[in-house]
Amino acid sequence: MTTEATEVPAGDVGSLYRTKEGLGVWKHRGKVAAVGIGHSPTMRRWDERPETSVGAWAILALRKAMEDAGVTPDQVDGLVLGEETTTGSFWPAEKPIPEDFLNAFQQTDNPLDGLAKLSAAWILKNMPELTNVKTVITAPVCMSMVLTAAIQAVGDGRTHTCLVLKGWHNFSGRYYQGGANAQDTVAGPGKFGQALAGPASYGTAMQFQRYLHKYGKTHEMMAPFVVNSRRNGLLFPEGYWAQHRPEPLTAEDYNNARWVAKPANLFDNDIPIQAAGAYLITTAERAKDMRQKPVYVLGHAGAGRFENGLYLGAKSRGVIETLEEAQGNAASTGRKLFEAAGIQSTDIDFENMYDGFGLFHVFHIEGIRYAGIKEGEALDLFQDDISIDSAFPVSPSGGNIGSGRTRFWNHTDSIQQLQGRAGARQMKKQVEVGLSGGFMPFWSNFVVWSSSPD
Amino acid sequence: MPKQSPVPNDLDRPFWDACNDERLVLQYCDSCTRWQHPPEAVCYECKSAEKLRWRENSGAGVIYSFGVIYDTPIASLQFDQPYNVAVIDLDDAPGLNVMSHLPGTPADAVPIGAKVRLIFETTPATGQKVPEWQVVS
Repeated sequence: MTTEATEVPAGDVGSLYRTKEGLGVWKHRGKVAAVGIGHSPTMRRWDERPETSVGAWAILALRKAMEDAGVTPDQVDGLVLGEETTTGSFWPAEKPIPEDFLNAFQQTDNPLDGLAKLSAAWILKNMPELTNVKTVITAPVCMSMVLTAAIQAVGDGRTHTCLVLKGWHNFSGRYYQGGANAQDTVAGPGKFGQALAGPASYGTAMQFQRYLHKYGKTHEMMAPFVVNSRRNGLLFPEGYWAQHRPEPLTAEDYNNARWVAKPANLFDNDIPIQAAGAYLITTAERAKDMRQKPVYVLGHAGAGRFENGLYLGAKSRGVIETLEEAQGNAASTGRKLFEAAGIQSTDIDFENMYDGFGLFHVFHIEGIRYAGIKEGEALDLFQDDISIDSAFPVSPSGGNIGSGRTRFWNHTDSIQQLQGRAGARQMKKQVEVGLSGGFMPFWSNFVVWSSSPD
Repeated sequence: MPKQSPVPNDLDRPFWDACNDERLVLQYCDSCTRWQHPPEAVCYECKSAEKLRWRENSGAGVIYSFGVIYDTPIASLQFDQPYNVAVIDLDDAPGLNVMSHLPGTPADAVPIGAKVRLIFETTPATGQKVPEWQVVS
C-alpha cells in the first residue's frame, strides 16, 4: 500500500452500517451518488491465464469504472473493496501457484493475493496510476457491504471520489467438496446444524418448505420468477449467461430440474463464476461534472450486527433461522430502508433485491411490501406480468439467477436503469426510485437509489 | 445413517458428554429464564455467564419444517442420499430448534407438525453419541 493511504481499522468498519430501526432519515440523503460502472468479462472457472485472474479482472473493472465516470486515476482518493473472493472454491494447498501469474504482477506477502483473494495492497501495487488514494476500507463479504461502506464513507467525508470493488474467483472442480466436508469428524459451530445437511441452500429450502406449508403454495409457482430472471439476464451483456450460454429457460426446464436440497432445485441456486465489478461513488456535488448522469443515494440499511470487529448476521433463536425470523428480518430491513430514505414502499418503482438462492427473493420483496404485497403473497405476484414491461417489474437485473454468482448485477442494473442506459433491459415505465442489495434476510445491506437527490 | 463425529470443545463438552449418557442438556439462564442453543460463553440476552447453567431437556418436540438433500458436499452423508433434514421445535424450550435426519422416516415423507421423540445415535469415527429424533407413531 502507498504510504499515504490510511486503512480504516476493522473495528471501525461497523460504524458505516445502519442496522437499527429508529435512526431517522440518513443524514447524507441525496448527497452521495454513483456515477461510473466497470465490469470484467465472466468465466465459469479460471483458465489459469494471468490476464484472466481475479486480480487482473479487478484491475480491468476498476479502470473501466473510472473511464465510465470520466475520472482520471489521480482524482481517486478512496478504495473500498472486499478481500475474500471465493465463490466456495479454494486453491488446493498442494497445487503450485502458476509461475506466469506470479511473474505478471507485483506480489504482496500472500502468494494467493490476486488469485484467490484481493487485498487493497495488491490492487495499489498493481495500479500505480492510483497515486492519490488516501482512504482504504476493507469491507466484509459481498458487494452490498462494500458499496454501502463506500457510500457512508463518502457521505462522512472520509473520501470524495471512491472506487468500489468486488471480485470473485472460481476454480476447477466441484466447490465445497474436500476439506472439512471430506473428514469423518466435525469441529466448529457446524456440528450442531450444517454438518447434518450439507448444501448451502438447505436453510433457505427449509424456510421455503415451511412457507409452502403455511400459505398453501407450490414450488412450481416459482417458475415465472426464474424464467423472468433468465430472460432479464440474457439482456445483460455483462453477465455470464448472456456471454457464454444464451439459452432461454422455460417453466418446464425449471420444474424438471434436479433437486439440490428439495424444495431448492438446480435453478434456484446461482451458478458460481469468475468476474469482477467496480463502481465509482462520489459526492453529489462532484458527480455533476462527471461523464454519466449521477444516481443519488437516498439511504441505506440492512440486517446484521457488529460485534468484536466482525459484521455478523442477525441472531437466530435456535440452531437455524426460521421462516418467521427471515420474514421478520426482511420486514425490519424494509422499515429501516424507508426510514433512512424518507420514502414509503409505494414510492419504489422497481426492486433488485438479492436472489443468490432464488427462493428467498420471495421473503425480500414481501419485506419491502413491493407492489403492495404482504407475507404469503409473492408467489401470487409471480403469476402476473413481472417482466421489465410490467407495472411492477421483479428483479429487472435478472440477479444472480440470471447472470451468475456475483451479487453485483442488481446494483449495476439499478444504476443503469436510473441513468437510462440499461439497454435492452431498460424498463418502459418512467423510473425514479429503485432498491438493490443483498444478501440474505438475516445479513444484508440495501441501497435506495434515485434519479433525483430530493 | 453414519454422520461425522462431533469433536467437543471446552464450551460445548457438557452437551456432548451428556449425549454419551443419553441425556439432552441445553444451556439455561436462570436470570432471564431462557433456554439457549447452540452453546455460547454468555447468555445472549443478559450477556452474563453467571446464571448460565446446563439443564436437562426432554427433547420432545414437533416437526417445524424440512428439506430433502440430494446433493451434499459432506462425504460421509453422500451414500445415503436423498435424506431428510428436519427442523424440530422443542416443547420444553420455546423458540429453540434443533436439526434431525428423522431416522425411520422415508425421504420426502416428513409430516410437518408431527410429534417427535428424542433418541441417540453413535457416530462411527469416534463413538461420540449424538441426539436424533423419531416421529412418534
